[in-house]
Parts: sequence; C-alpha cells; structure tokens
Amino acid sequence: MADPEIKSYEPHHESQSAAVTESRPVKAVLMAIALAFLAVFLLLPLVVVFHQALAMGIGAYTEALSSPDTRSAIRLTLLVAAISVPLNVVFGISAAWAIAKFEFKGKAFLTTLIDLPFSVSPVISGLVYVLLFGAQGLLGAWLKAHGIVILFAVPGIVLATIFVTFPFVARELIPLMQEQGNGDEEAALSLGASGWQAFWYVTLPNVKWGLLYGVLLCNARAMGEFGAVSVVSGHIRGLTNTMPLHVEILYNEYNAVGAFAVASLLAGLALVTLVLKTLLEMRYGAEIAATRGH
Amino acid sequence: MTTAPVKAGWRFKQPSVIPGFGLTLGFSLAYLTIIILIPLSGLVWRSAALGWADFWAIAADRRTLNALKISFGTAFLAAVVNVVFGTVVAWVLVRYRFPGRRIADAMVDLPFALPTAVAGIALTTLYAPNGWIGHLLMPLGIKVAYTPLGIVVALVFIGLPFVVRTVQPIMEEIDKEVEEAAATLGANRFQIITRVLFPGLAPAIITGFSLAFARGVGEYGSVIFIAGNLPFKSEIAPLLIVIRLEEYNYEAATAIAAIMLALSFLMLLVVNLVQTWSRKRYG
Repeated sequence: MADPEIKSYEPHHESQSAAVTESRPVKAVLMAIALAFLAVFLLLPLVVVFHQALAMGIGAYTEALSSPDTRSAIRLTLLVAAISVPLNVVFGISAAWAIAKFEFKGKAFLTTLIDLPFSVSPVISGLVYVLLFGAQGLLGAWLKAHGIVILFAVPGIVLATIFVTFPFVARELIPLMQEQGNGDEEAALSLGASGWQAFWYVTLPNVKWGLLYGVLLCNARAMGEFGAVSVVSGHIRGLTNTMPLHVEILYNEYNAVGAFAVASLLAGLALVTLVLKTLLEMRYGAEIAATRGH
Repeated sequence: MTTAPVKAGWRFKQPSVIPGFGLTLGFSLAYLTIIILIPLSGLVWRSAALGWADFWAIAADRRTLNALKISFGTAFLAAVVNVVFGTVVAWVLVRYRFPGRRIADAMVDLPFALPTAVAGIALTTLYAPNGWIGHLLMPLGIKVAYTPLGIVVALVFIGLPFVVRTVQPIMEEIDKEVEEAAATLGANRFQIITRVLFPGLAPAIITGFSLAFARGVGEYGSVIFIAGNLPFKSEIAPLLIVIRLEEYNYEAATAIAAIMLALSFLMLLVVNLVQTWSRKRYG
C-alpha cells in the first residue's frame, strides 16, 4: 500500500510529509471506510442479482429466460433501443454542430434546455405523454378519430425512452467539439471540401470515441428505463412489457428466479457498459477528455 | 472565435465560413420542441387549467403533503450520506494507490449503468429481514426494507456517482505544492484539510449534493420495491403520481407533478445562489 507519489518527497522530514498526506493509520481507516461503503452499496447488490438468478440451478435459470413473455420483453427492449438511440444520436450530432461550431444568441439557454430531461422525474417524463396522447389528453380525441395508437403501445414507449435519454449524446459531444474548435473544418473547406465532406472526413473521425461513449451511456439508459416507460406502457404482457417492466411483474408474482434471471441480463448489460466505458476512458481519455464524469 | 466589432449592432449569429447552421439548429430546435417542450408545456397548461381552488385542494391534501415530505426528506438524507462517503471515496480513489483501485473506480458508475428496477429488487432482497444484510440488522432492531430507511438506502445507491464524479476531477486538479506550502508554514494535516483543501472542494461538493438530491427526489424504479409504499409512511411523490394516474385522476397527477417540478427548480435556484456565494467567499 506504499504510495509511489510519496517516494519523491524523500528530502522532506517525516513530519512534513505527514502534513502533505495522512498518517498510515488514518490512511488505512479512510481506505477501509471507502472500500467497505463501495462493497456494501455497489458490489453486494450486483452479487445478489446473480446469486438469486442461479439459486435454483442453471436449469431453472435458462427455463426462466426461455418463457415466451420474457422473450417478447427482450425483443421489445431491443426494438425500443434500436429506434430511440439512433434518433438521439442524430439529434446529438446536429445540436453539437450548431452549438459548438457557431456563436449565436441564446446558446447557453438552449444548452440548459437540452439538459432539462435530467432534472425531471422519470415518472413525470411519462406523465407528460399521457396528458398529451391519453384518452383525456389534448390530442386524445383526434388520435382516436384517426385510429392512431400511441399510448400503451410501442410508439409511446419509444417516445418516453427518447425523452429520458435525450441529453446523453449531445452533452458528450458539445464540450468535446467546443474544445476541438473550428480549425480542422475551416482547413478542409478552404481546400475545397463540401460541408458534408468536412463533417464525414474531418469532424466525425475527430469525435468518434466521444460519440461512442455517449451512445454507450444512452443505450444503457434506454434499455434500462423503468419509471417513464412504466407510466406509458399499460403493462400488457407479451406486447408492451420491456425487460425492466417484466422484472417488476415477475417479482410481484413472487417468481424470484424469473425476476432475477431477467435482471441478470440487464446487470450483464450494465457490466459490459462499464467495461467498455472504462476501456474507452483508458485508451482514448484525451479524445473524450472534455466528457469525463457522467 | 472572432469577436464582433464593438457597436456592430445586434446580430443573432456571428459570421462563420462553416456551413450547416440553419439545418442543424433548425432540426435540433424542432426535435427539442416536439419531444421535450410541447409535452412539458402540456403539463404546465393542464395544471394552470385546474384553477387555484382545485390545485390548492390537491396540494394541501394530507396524502400529497406526506408523499412530498417523504420524497424530499429521504432524498435530502441520502444526499447528505453521499456527500460524506462520496467525498471519502473520491479522496481514496484520487490520493491512494492500492490493488484494485481501477476496478473500484469503474464500479462507482454502476448506479448509472444498472437499471433502477434491478437495483430495486436487489437492494430489497439484501435488506429484507431474511436478506444478507437485513438479517444482521434485525437483532439490532433496525428494519430497513419496507420502511423510509429503505428509501434512503436506495437513494444512496442511486446518488453516489453524482457526488464522486463531481468531486473527483476537482481533487485531481489540486496542486500538491499548495499543501506543501501550507505545511512549511507550519499547518498540520487537519488544518490543511479544513482550511486549504476543503474551501477549494466546497463548490464541487455542493454541486454533487444538488445533483444527488435532485435525482433522489424524482427517483422511482429503485425505491418502489424497497419502500413498502404505505400511504403517509413510505409513499413517495412519484409513486403517488402513478397511483393517481391509475385512478384516472389526471388532475391530481398533474398537480403533484407541477409541485414537484416547481420545488425542484426552486431548489436548483437556491443551490446556484449558495454556489455563487461560496465561490465569492472562498474564491
């Protein structure tokens, strides 16, 4: 547990280096507190998911995962992510281009608006669509007359998912593109590139790792969203149940193995996300530097 | 960045050789308006249409008040816990080198990546009277699952990365020379931490606190499993919104949502003021 940074302080007296870092016992206590806290609050919940999922053996686990309702929940979750993530990627790139490459009035306000979904409760994110598209909603009567179904169906789930994952890509790209400035694009344009060429061959390669980082976080949230989707889904088994909603239903039916089996898939997704995220930060830290943090 | 000549008159956008401003800004604004602004203003419009008397009747309802109190109270407690332990975690991760540090660092983001429903059932299983942690606390007379304490536990889980990830980068930037200077001037370690290091970290700690608090107030997925959801005791405001919706009581759901939004924004405002003050105070 020797701190390599301390070694360079050799010319100092023992008392001085004690003032620049904590004494050994204090260090040990702080480390014990931090690691115990992480173990109890983060590691144990993760372990318990897999433990419960496999509590009745591997056979029960695979059986729980192969039920038709579970399979349709997995399909729906993949479908919703496959629609909402690309839409937010297009928005994120477009918003970052406008905000990072140009100076215009109201830019700070626009950036604040983009972050707005993060400060709204997921339940409220779902509620706003119910108020808009529900039977008593503002557009409810019109939608019904035209036979369009949004609420308690896939479109509603997709909309709610887009709402809660809205800022992820944009907020990764905006600081990154601001930091990189306009020089590269201006050079490309002066050499005769079209705007699209400058974007495809200059900007996109410059931000690709930051973009991937944003997509990763956006996707994790899209597949795992519970509150917003729960409000708009209607909980129709086999039709409008995403994986997190299916976990809730199985759990409330006291089907622990089933609930934790589906949960283990989502936990696996979370672990893969964390590993990829850490690898990206380690290898391309400088290229996504502006985006460290959530 | 080109700066416009002084007194060039008002212009919406600075000139630039880069194309695509109209297209990207237009698309971004349209998408933002359709997905976020129209639905949110629908909520404001609906709650305004309620009228004062109806709105007040819902807001002053005892069940509503209790749910709001529980949501904001537990979120506050959890944010306080996270500020204390999150700062210690960040300190240990930044300053100490030990085997497994990278894994511990990566683990901090788990609550961002793990779906809330999964966290909810996992924590409930852990803290239930027969769970791994619950059965240890039982003899001490501490009940966590199905009590307000359970809500705090879930919100501590959810909020931890907000504190650590806001404080950590600021800690990394601290120049060790400042500490050495303080030491050569005769300060002891405690004085250095309270007088030299803490003032620099205070704004980040406040930001981390407010992010964790704001997230905790609105949190739903991880809480509803562990809370027990007893009206007046452990029923959070987002759950009450869902219950009112299931009763087709759109008015009540809207009113509670509007109150929550207003309180959250008010809180963010206060935090911003405190932050400005602490920046001025500690420079």
